[in-house]
Amino acid sequence: MTFRRHAHPGDAADPPLEPDPLLELSGITAAYGRIQVLHGVDLVVPEGSVFALLGPNGAGKTTTLRVAAGLHEPSGGVVLLGGHKVNGARPEDLARRGLCTVPEGRGVFPNLTVRENLQMATFTGVPLERIETVAYDRFPRLGERRHQLTGTMSGGEQQMLAMARALATDPALLLLDELSMGLAPLVVEELYRIVAELAETGVSILVVEQFARTVLGVADRAAIMVNGRVTRVGAPADLEEELSAHYLGASE
Amino acid sequence: MSRLGDTGRWGVGLALGVGLCGYLIAFQGGFSDWLTFTILGITTGAIYAIAASGLVVTYTTSGIFNFAQGAFGMLGAFAYWQLRYDWGWPAPIALAAILLVVAPLFGALVERVIMRGLEGVSEITSTVVTIGLLAMAIGIANIVWPPAGRRVDQFFAGESVTVGAINVTWHRIVIVVVAVAVAVGLRFLLYRTRSGVAMRAVVDDRSLSQLNGGNPGRSAMLSWGLGASLAALSGILIAPLLQLSVLPLTLLIVNAYAAAMFGRLKSLPLTFAGGLVIGIAENYSANYLDLNTTEVAGVSLAGLQPAIPVILLFLILIALPSERLRTGGVQRVRESARVPTMRSALLAGGALVVVTIAASRVMSTANVTRLSLGLATAVIILSLVPLVGYGGQISLAAMTFAGLGAFAMVKVADGPGPLVGLLAAAALAAVVGAVIALPALRLAGIYLALATAAFAVFMEKFIFTQSWFFGAGSIQVPRPEVLGLTFDDDRSYLVLLSVLFALLGTGVVWLRRGPFGRRLSAMKDSPAACATLGLDLTRTKVGVFAFSAGIAGIGGALFGGVSGSVSSETFLFAQSLPILLMGVVGGIALVSGALLGGLLLQFFSTVGENFTLLASALFVGPLITNFALVAPGLIGILLSRNPDGLAADLVTAVARAGRWVREGRSRPEQDTGPDPLDTATFERPLTPAERAAVDRALGLDPQELARGSA
Repeated sequence: MTFRRHAHPGDAADPPLEPDPLLELSGITAAYGRIQVLHGVDLVVPEGSVFALLGPNGAGKTTTLRVAAGLHEPSGGVVLLGGHKVNGARPEDLARRGLCTVPEGRGVFPNLTVRENLQMATFTGVPLERIETVAYDRFPRLGERRHQLTGTMSGGEQQMLAMARALATDPALLLLDELSMGLAPLVVEELYRIVAELAETGVSILVVEQFARTVLGVADRAAIMVNGRVTRVGAPADLEEELSAHYLGASE
Repeated sequence: MSRLGDTGRWGVGLALGVGLCGYLIAFQGGFSDWLTFTILGITTGAIYAIAASGLVVTYTTSGIFNFAQGAFGMLGAFAYWQLRYDWGWPAPIALAAILLVVAPLFGALVERVIMRGLEGVSEITSTVVTIGLLAMAIGIANIVWPPAGRRVDQFFAGESVTVGAINVTWHRIVIVVVAVAVAVGLRFLLYRTRSGVAMRAVVDDRSLSQLNGGNPGRSAMLSWGLGASLAALSGILIAPLLQLSVLPLTLLIVNAYAAAMFGRLKSLPLTFAGGLVIGIAENYSANYLDLNTTEVAGVSLAGLQPAIPVILLFLILIALPSERLRTGGVQRVRESARVPTMRSALLAGGALVVVTIAASRVMSTANVTRLSLGLATAVIILSLVPLVGYGGQISLAAMTFAGLGAFAMVKVADGPGPLVGLLAAAALAAVVGAVIALPALRLAGIYLALATAAFAVFMEKFIFTQSWFFGAGSIQVPRPEVLGLTFDDDRSYLVLLSVLFALLGTGVVWLRRGPFGRRLSAMKDSPAACATLGLDLTRTKVGVFAFSAGIAGIGGALFGGVSGSVSSETFLFAQSLPILLMGVVGGIALVSGALLGGLLLQFFSTVGENFTLLASALFVGPLITNFALVAPGLIGILLSRNPDGLAADLVTAVARAGRWVREGRSRPEQDTGPDPLDTATFERPLTPAERAAVDRALGLDPQELARGSA
């Protein structure tokens, strides 16, 4: 199974474009031990769109993402990726087939250098030279620090490195978890500019966020998740009002 | 020193070393002696370095410190002997078979079958699993290769070259060349190849490595295969210099631990430097210092020489820059234990005493002694419950504190009497425990375990062997007397042991339920959070070390009382390993786990001792004589499936049975579908399942409700 989007140079026999939707979750239930956190999540990310999944703390957003990435096996429901059922597929197999996940709290290896972090991205099949070129062109600061341990870099730089992996490996689907967590507003804006850039090249993106303003600016569609269920799906503008009600109302 | 940078430290170290060598050459027998001892030191050091680098590779890539690394090396050396000498294979083929096929496969298999199941368990459990592996490996080696005069020749035996005025055998040159090749090869693999980078990435963040498309399972198998191969290499290289027997080869690794610590379990160059320093220190001290006949104030220094590597290990450990307390997410571990109520602790204690009284009436004398040994062992294991189980501090020195207790009992019982002796046993062990805790305060996890191991080996080699300690052969240990009651009769002593275990066990539960116990538990969960709450970690740690050592001291005194005598061989470091192992197997956070562990340990050695004849008749003799090692090892390894220990299973099973009886034998609910409590809502009428769940949650009795509504 593959759903990689672009043909690589010399990779003539790439499959044609798959029909949308690219990612489809239907009736997903999931639990940590005896505590059930997802009670039937339905979600559709159409090909080439940016989809924002919003909701308060503990709504199950991250778990939904983990299910999509193959990190957490759902106890029920179906995960379709490019039309193929991928329940129980190993995360590394999904990653090698064009799924890129940037997990919550910086997707970098703190005890590896910048270059070694990028080297880890070569498991997707993209050669290191190309990854390095893309990453250092877009983020010159990473090029300057290629031999520095990433654990010693600032949060923003780490998040840039994580995004560089997404930029350079040319994924079909990008899953982003709480990109803005603990970062300065300026850095967050910069990161979302990259998300928009990526979206323009045709990457499908699922973004999970708690703070909605920035992400709603780049999203094509959005959904609100509360208590392990998707309660509302719609255009970002329509959801904006309801969202503030949720955040303010939920804390009552 | 602390204000010097790393370069400064290296400068000082190098200057001291050069100064020492200059002194030795000028005043201690001249250049050729010095060169001889230095070459000997470098070659042994190079072997330590190879073994230690294997340890570092597995630790940095799987996060598991493999106590069985030396045992792997021992197995490798024996397997090489098998191919090379028993089956007569040519050396290059035998070497290739062991180093490239057998050892890597073995390592990968160990990872796949045992270590992979350890994800998410605490460092205590993973440490104990490797100790179980160590016990198993010794048992298996004894079974396959029963002791006999085997020898492995040096490579290129008989060939040598002359360096200056001395002859250096080719074997020693081979060792140095191999060590350099290993160092360069490892460096290249880990930093220049994608497989190596992926191995390091797995340690940093396993799931992120998967999200990158890496295969953590493959990386882990690769690193364990590599570690096992390096262990086998060091075993094969050292066997001709040492001897081909099981225990010396296995315990050689303690020296390699020191080298690995020198490199802070991370840096391979420093690990190699550490290996050399330790090898040279060992050879200089053996050849330049005349420790065997030296006495200082009545203390013989003969035991100091074999203790030098562990002294270095201890010094290196306490000189390590202290790791910052880890903040951020609290680590969730798979282990969990119930805290019993005082009522159930008292009931269980009472039940134990009643059962023991009954047993003491009906059992044979031999079995009474065995049960007594089991109970005394259980007291020693009990000492680990507050320390390891509640406080999360790993100790490999339980038997050492027990030995101190036995010593105090012997010395004090003569004068003020045996009851005071028992108190003195607790006091001496507690004081030493507190003192040893002080330098070890900054250490945690595996570092603490190694510091306690170093302490245990030091005591075993240096103190316990002193003639004024346990005497020349063995020494008589009296039994306590209480209010004029004596316990010379074995049956009454057994009852006394059960009463004391029940009292101490209840005390431990009482401690856990009090403020000190809560502090311990909090310290285990998150030292960083404790520090921010203003909790005094120092007092808590020293306190729990002293408390634990005190119980171990009492256990040691009682243990000595069972057979009536102890010797320097009773309280070896190697004996502390099965103590911790069986403690964790039984359930280290439970008093009942300690009891179970003690009894099981005694049961296994009884099986080993008593069925030898029968077993040899059935041609399974070696298996049974080594049962005491193989069985705990096997169970220890199975811990990866069940990290809470056996007693926890029993407790859960009993609790479940109780609930089952109380709830009118209704079947336990299946975990299908959402919890009715979660789905219950006021927007529609409750379903029967939801109503029942709500009633249960509110503590309402369904029968009473039915009566009320009728």
